[in-house]
Amino acid sequence: MSIKAEQLNYRYSPGTAYEIYALKDINLEILDGQFLGLIGHTGSGKSTLVQHLNGLIRATSGHLYFNGEDIYQEGYPMRQLRSQVGLVFQYPEHQLFEVDVISDVCFGPLNQGLSKEEARERAKRALQMVGLGEESYSRSPFELSGGQKRRVAIAGVLAMEPQVLILDEPTAGLDPRGRDEILDQIRLLHQEKHITIVLVSHSMEDVAEYVERIIVMNQGVIAFDGAPREVFRHYEALEQMGLAAPQVTYMMHALKARGLEVDENATTIQEARETILKAFRKE
Amino acid sequence: MLKDITLGQYYPADSILHKLDPRVKLVATLIFIASLFLVKSWVGYGIVTVFLFFVIRLSKVPFSFMIRGLKAIIILLLITVGFNLFLTPGDRVLVQVWKLKITDQGLRTALFMAIRLIYLIIGSSVMTLTTTPNDLTDGMERLLSPLKKLRVPVHEVAMIMSIALRFIPILMEETDKIMKAQIARGADFDSGNLVKKAKSLVPLLVPLFISAFRRANDLAMAMEARCYHGGEGRTKMKPLCYKGRDRKAYGVLLLYLAVIIGIRILGSYVPLI
Repeated sequence: MSIKAEQLNYRYSPGTAYEIYALKDINLEILDGQFLGLIGHTGSGKSTLVQHLNGLIRATSGHLYFNGEDIYQEGYPMRQLRSQVGLVFQYPEHQLFEVDVISDVCFGPLNQGLSKEEARERAKRALQMVGLGEESYSRSPFELSGGQKRRVAIAGVLAMEPQVLILDEPTAGLDPRGRDEILDQIRLLHQEKHITIVLVSHSMEDVAEYVERIIVMNQGVIAFDGAPREVFRHYEALEQMGLAAPQVTYMMHALKARGLEVDENATTIQEARETILKAFRKE
Repeated sequence: MLKDITLGQYYPADSILHKLDPRVKLVATLIFIASLFLVKSWVGYGIVTVFLFFVIRLSKVPFSFMIRGLKAIIILLLITVGFNLFLTPGDRVLVQVWKLKITDQGLRTALFMAIRLIYLIIGSSVMTLTTTPNDLTDGMERLLSPLKKLRVPVHEVAMIMSIALRFIPILMEETDKIMKAQIARGADFDSGNLVKKAKSLVPLLVPLFISAFRRANDLAMAMEARCYHGGEGRTKMKPLCYKGRDRKAYGVLLLYLAVIIGIRILGSYVPLI
């Protein structure tokens, strides 16, 4: 189970004055069960890339393999691919349309050809996974708060039981608490269901704690790819791309410059705390 | 799939046509359309073609953009040409299949109709491709401002139009996003019979309408917050004013109109082909 991109290129409006290279020679392999952060500034191509992964956009050139099969070959079952690679878009308003929450979440499973009872079962399970209880089932999705809407949207894709879950900016527009709740829930999902998760974001701070691998996109190419601490080592280059490393990274570098023997590659507050305490103990 | 609609889409380029006052372009388009219905001979259409070609060259917009708008009228075009071709009575029958006859006059009218329709679309595309929608409504507002005396709400109509034009690309983009979000959930917009297809549009239309109403609400609020109260006493940041090139353009237009009318009058004395 893996997604593999080879020499993937995508151009918007080819052959016109508006032609833009959105993706340039992307080579990438996402392994089964990975929790991955895809980071980039607005317009870096990250959203375009994830829409390739479930076949919503067809690459101008290159190949994309899902479980070893080329999805661009003739007769490849795209609909099946889309139920295996679930994509949750940034704005929940773009997909909520039903009269109540439970029927909205049922939409995906019903499209997969499941019976009404099965779909309802799956919808209940998905809503439970995102932390929405039975009292919300009969509410209109439009009267929910921003965070709750987003949960319903995520549940709507989860109910299709995908092997890969891609979330495009799942925390945009949420307050810090709503953000942490959603991200914690996603982490829990990863731990319990062992599905592959791709978290798209423009904020390093958001993803640093959660993901095991970070891919940084800049102007349609992959700039960095590695574990968070490796990627944040290039914090100066990241800044030039309009991104920032987590504040912890800056603090650790500043402390090191002042002569305190800390590990400057600590990326989370927890790690930072440990290495600072260790450094003081040594002294 | 939604990218095919070019009508009302501006193509940025640095040309004299782009710099012209929108009022000139509006009048020019009207004159051009009128000229299409004035000419009745091949000579006349020859002049119209030369003029159109000249304007397209001046606009520096690729020709492929001009004809993109034609896709939308292909069916209309086929029906019109079909009816004129088979149902016009004439002196000489060229081809006869069952009860359908193609006469020499039918062929001529059908060809003229086709040319008229195609030039009509290309002509108005030239205007919309070289003028931003905002300029266009500005120009329209100024041209129609004498009607204010007759209590026609010219400013309000212009405002409604510019808002509508401004929202077309936004709503198109939104439609695209909603479609993608629903396709990602396994929605199928393409297959099935008519009833099934119509039903499959519900997950697309509901979010689209909700978002359109939300946007309209936000916009109204934002306008009110900036004290918008209609056209009265409202000044413009960039008021339209004619420059030298605009006067020259009017000159060219007058000359063109004179030639077209001349050909038409000449045609009634001397038989032109």
